[in-house]
Amino acid sequence: MTSTEHASRVTGGVGESPARPDATLKTSGEFAFASDLVAEDMLWGATVRSPHPYARIRGVDVGPALATAGVFAVLTHEDVPGENAYGVKVRDQPVLAVDVVRYVGEPVAIVSADSPEAARLAAERVVVDYEPLEPVLDPIRAAHDKSLPALHENGNVVRHQRIRSGDPDPRAEVVVSATYTIGMQDQAFLGPEAGLAVPAEDGGVDLYLATQDLHSDLEQTARALGLAEDKVRLTMSGVGGAFGGREDLSIQVHCCLLALRTGRPVKMVHGREESFVGHVHRHPARMRYEHGATRDGELVYIKAQLYFDGGAYASKTPVVVSNGTALGTGPYVVPNVELDAWGVYTNNPPCGAMRGLGAVQPTFAYESQMDRLAEALGMDPVELRLRNVLTEGDRLPTGQVVDSPVAVPKLLDRLRGMPLPPSLPSGADVRDLPGGVSNTTHGEGIARGVGYGVTIKNVCYSEGADDFSTARVRLELVGGEPLATVHTAAAEVGQGIVTVQQQIARTELGVRRVNVHPNDTSVGPAGSSSASRQTYVTGGAVHAACVAVREVVLHRVADEHAVAVDALTLTDGAVSLDGEVLADLAEVLDTAVEEKREFHHRPTFPMDDEGASDRVHVQHAFSAHRAVVDVDTELGLVKVVALDCVQDVGRAMHPDAVLGQIQGGATQGLGLALMEEVSVSDGRIVNGSFTDYLIPTVLDVPPMRIEVLEEADPNAPYGVRGVGEPPTITATPAVVAAVRAATGRELTHIPVTPTRLLGLDGEEQQ
Amino acid sequence: MRVTATVNGRERDADGVWECESLLTLLRERWGLLGSKNACEQGECGSCTVLLDGAAVCSCLVAAGQVQGREVQTVEGVDDPAVHRAFADEGAVQCGFCTPGLVVAVHGLLRRNPAPADPEIREALAGNLCRCTGYEKILDAVRSAAEEARS
Amino acid sequence: MESTAPAPVVGTEFLRPATLREALEAKAQHPEAVPIAGGTDVMVEVNFGRARPPALLDLTGIAECDEWSADSGVVRLGAGVSYARVITELADRLPGLATASRTVGSPQIRNRGTIAGNLGSASPAGDSFPPLVASDASVELSSVRGARRVRAAEFCTGPKQSVLAVDELITAIHVPEATGPQQFSKVGPRNAMVIAVCSFALSLSPGRVGTGIGSAGPAPLTAPEAEAFLASELDGWWESPTPLADSVVRRFGELVAEATAPIDDVRGSARYRRHALAVLARRTLAWACAEGVAR
Repeated sequence: MTSTEHASRVTGGVGESPARPDATLKTSGEFAFASDLVAEDMLWGATVRSPHPYARIRGVDVGPALATAGVFAVLTHEDVPGENAYGVKVRDQPVLAVDVVRYVGEPVAIVSADSPEAARLAAERVVVDYEPLEPVLDPIRAAHDKSLPALHENGNVVRHQRIRSGDPDPRAEVVVSATYTIGMQDQAFLGPEAGLAVPAEDGGVDLYLATQDLHSDLEQTARALGLAEDKVRLTMSGVGGAFGGREDLSIQVHCCLLALRTGRPVKMVHGREESFVGHVHRHPARMRYEHGATRDGELVYIKAQLYFDGGAYASKTPVVVSNGTALGTGPYVVPNVELDAWGVYTNNPPCGAMRGLGAVQPTFAYESQMDRLAEALGMDPVELRLRNVLTEGDRLPTGQVVDSPVAVPKLLDRLRGMPLPPSLPSGADVRDLPGGVSNTTHGEGIARGVGYGVTIKNVCYSEGADDFSTARVRLELVGGEPLATVHTAAAEVGQGIVTVQQQIARTELGVRRVNVHPNDTSVGPAGSSSASRQTYVTGGAVHAACVAVREVVLHRVADEHAVAVDALTLTDGAVSLDGEVLADLAEVLDTAVEEKREFHHRPTFPMDDEGASDRVHVQHAFSAHRAVVDVDTELGLVKVVALDCVQDVGRAMHPDAVLGQIQGGATQGLGLALMEEVSVSDGRIVNGSFTDYLIPTVLDVPPMRIEVLEEADPNAPYGVRGVGEPPTITATPAVVAAVRAATGRELTHIPVTPTRLLGLDGEEQQ
Repeated sequence: MRVTATVNGRERDADGVWECESLLTLLRERWGLLGSKNACEQGECGSCTVLLDGAAVCSCLVAAGQVQGREVQTVEGVDDPAVHRAFADEGAVQCGFCTPGLVVAVHGLLRRNPAPADPEIREALAGNLCRCTGYEKILDAVRSAAEEARS
Repeated sequence: MESTAPAPVVGTEFLRPATLREALEAKAQHPEAVPIAGGTDVMVEVNFGRARPPALLDLTGIAECDEWSADSGVVRLGAGVSYARVITELADRLPGLATASRTVGSPQIRNRGTIAGNLGSASPAGDSFPPLVASDASVELSSVRGARRVRAAEFCTGPKQSVLAVDELITAIHVPEATGPQQFSKVGPRNAMVIAVCSFALSLSPGRVGTGIGSAGPAPLTAPEAEAFLASELDGWWESPTPLADSVVRRFGELVAEATAPIDDVRGSARYRRHALAVLARRTLAWACAEGVAR
């Protein structure tokens, strides 16, 4: 530390890796997650859910439930005062079912009682008279078979999007095709859905909750409650992970309804089983791809049909179809494209947002195709990719010109240059072998494989959405020292946006102390923590508000010293002119400075019927993964030995957090490749627990070598490029490609469970 | 029923405990010790890890009545600055829901084995699921805490 | 803030005997009481609302149950001995059971869960069954009426079904100490914390071959034909152990697979299980023989 405080450089700014402000509370157990909230006289809520995938409701008898000891309210759709419909894109989902239920787990009634046990018991005693109907379960039939019952007014197709570009009848010398399928993945965030609603004296309600998007929840909740938006106040509580699973409403309206009815605070918390039906999942998909290329490996065309099963309600299905279409040919130049994507309604569990939205599924398919094509051509898979890869100035199949650096060739080059892990020593510890401590091999049957995966993912909202965030920044003296307070509604879901906001304020305002105000709806919208967008848009808003605050401060000094404001700088707690301190910041802040700004990114535009758009997406992000696996070829067990990544992040705002995003994202991608699948049978989730829905443990994840490139996007604040999603997307095809390389099997369905790896999932031959 | 136990060195009791209630519920709802988290209710995630008479257990699988007269140490009672600091400094915390359980598990591990090798760390923490970090930085934190505790 | 303690809804009794005698009397008086030790199965059912037992019979306060002893080549494993203790204290005497115990759940589960509890849950996937069956262990069942012993292979009669009478408790397991190589191997789709897709245990000793198969039928199984085949192949082998011929190892695997009756479920297909058990049988036999050769 130098002699005076203001002369020392302010640390913890943009590009450094300061500790998270919430880390200490999280390690000590004091950090309050939504499930930790308590209030005096609090009641507990529980939800009555449909046991049928599709049924008519003939009647609901709440009598026995109301008679249960400790019960305060039992509500049905008749008790929804506002519009009994919500949805993030399409308002097609009832708050409480009216005359029909469309999936197993659909809320039909809600109860509140003075203990969780009493609430659960009362929920069991709500008698619903169902008339089961024949469910629609096959997404391809849902897309095309008009004889099936329409689950919603407009039929069973939520969105069909085409892309037609180039020659409709292209000729290629080498053609490869296959159908790829992908199971339903769960976000499996560790902190289940939870919230506490507190009725207010003004007839409104305060809701404390875990969400990804306060204002989207506010709009939908107020509408359902029939209340003005200023009567519904949402405050973010601790969020135990999200990954897309908290973009749709879960307990929000229910909790508020019960609180308003009983006049008491009401808490709702999902258990793990309920969480599996209480939030949307990643869309399962069936994708047929045909790739045509010249004999020397130049892509001529891609034809593809993609089916996304959206389940009972639309949720983010329209966006999944959009991304699946616009990004469905990968980070490659493809002159001729004929692609169709359908997102459909069925009576399966609703699917919506999950990390890598709409890009995870096609990336698995087109990267598998690139490997297949490389094999058909006798080419190295990386060479084939390099030969076709996009560069700045190229056009995507939508017609959009890529107008910022595309580092994919560098990503692949760097990745290829990384050292490979040493081969397995004989007598290796079982923990380093497939099967781990289960002691299935001592080296027998092991084959090693290496595989690559690359992706293109949009960042931020697309197709014409007004995508923006709002920040209020206040600079004042507290205890004689300048303190900046940043207030946004940006959801901290673990990714570290709270730290990034502090860093930006430190860098722009030259102050050491920065508080991040609790997120709530008393400031303008930030949009959701999704689409890898929060650092881009909320970072942009905080930057803009800080710049505005700085202008005011500099004007104060410029006026007092009669110097040009442009010549002044605000750094290290002081305002300086040509390196000479004119005023200590503390001297200038006799009154606080507060500014609020919105940041809107460049406009985007919807695709037309042929899939054309000048700018579907405001930004694209790229990552590449190389996986090395050891496969027990006799048992179908896989040990991922290395999962190395190179990613271009534009600007690493917080390098440690960037690594954390890549490592965590890659682990979810590994899970999808090998073990994660919500099994649905007749519309019912049959493995809704952490005993049967498996996510990777620390023994399943290898050391990861990661290189981060910073090729600034000139259009983005600080040059940032969204970080969170691409590594999730690329880990999956890389791992599967490595397993293919080790086994020679086709592996067109993920996750590649042991049974599937060995092709033993069919009927038993008697 | 009534349950009395020593929790973080202090005697606590509760009346009217439901006989099937878990230790996790007892800790959270009756004693206000909210550091232990409920994420799976079936001993698969480790978020509710506490030390029961010194051994790491999932408090969701211990019946409240089984701690009668026994010693429980929760994350609130883990006075282990090296572990806390390492988790914060190494970036091992993202959403933080798994963190208290991990802090207890790592505290228990390092007390048993002050210099664990990587495979030992992995085997010891296999019951603590983390969905955010990919575990890399958690391993860094354990190595760093072990080193700090040794020096 | 005041605590928001949940109120009891359904009357339950919590029985906390201090001695085995008291436990047996309690079980006789409350045959509906669910015994609980590690709680790793019972509490899951309770937490998920699938069970609201009218009474819990806590066995963790009974000191007699927490002990193991060895006498005349047989280990008597008290019902309260945890997996963790089997791993650290009995790996030399009961290597098959110790290896299996290490594959159970997480350290937290192994600190708490017991072999007896695993048997009591009577899941065909229970990890303790194959090694106990392979080494021909017996289960000691006690009640106020007296004690009896049941062979481990006959204890479980179907999924969640056993020969345990309503007034009985598992009080101990009697496991012959290993006098030859023992192996255990279990397939799960993850490298830790898995319920067995299938599992296999092998116990070799002069004059005896024992097998145990998990998760490949309604109850844990043995492969008697495989045992008989291998026993005859190993006749005289013990005097000068040599690696077995490939054909013998392969045939053993086939016979093990033939002894199974697996089903398709969410964890794996019947075809896979049959195939994998043949592989596990071959491998564990090879490891066991290598161990025999090395001795």
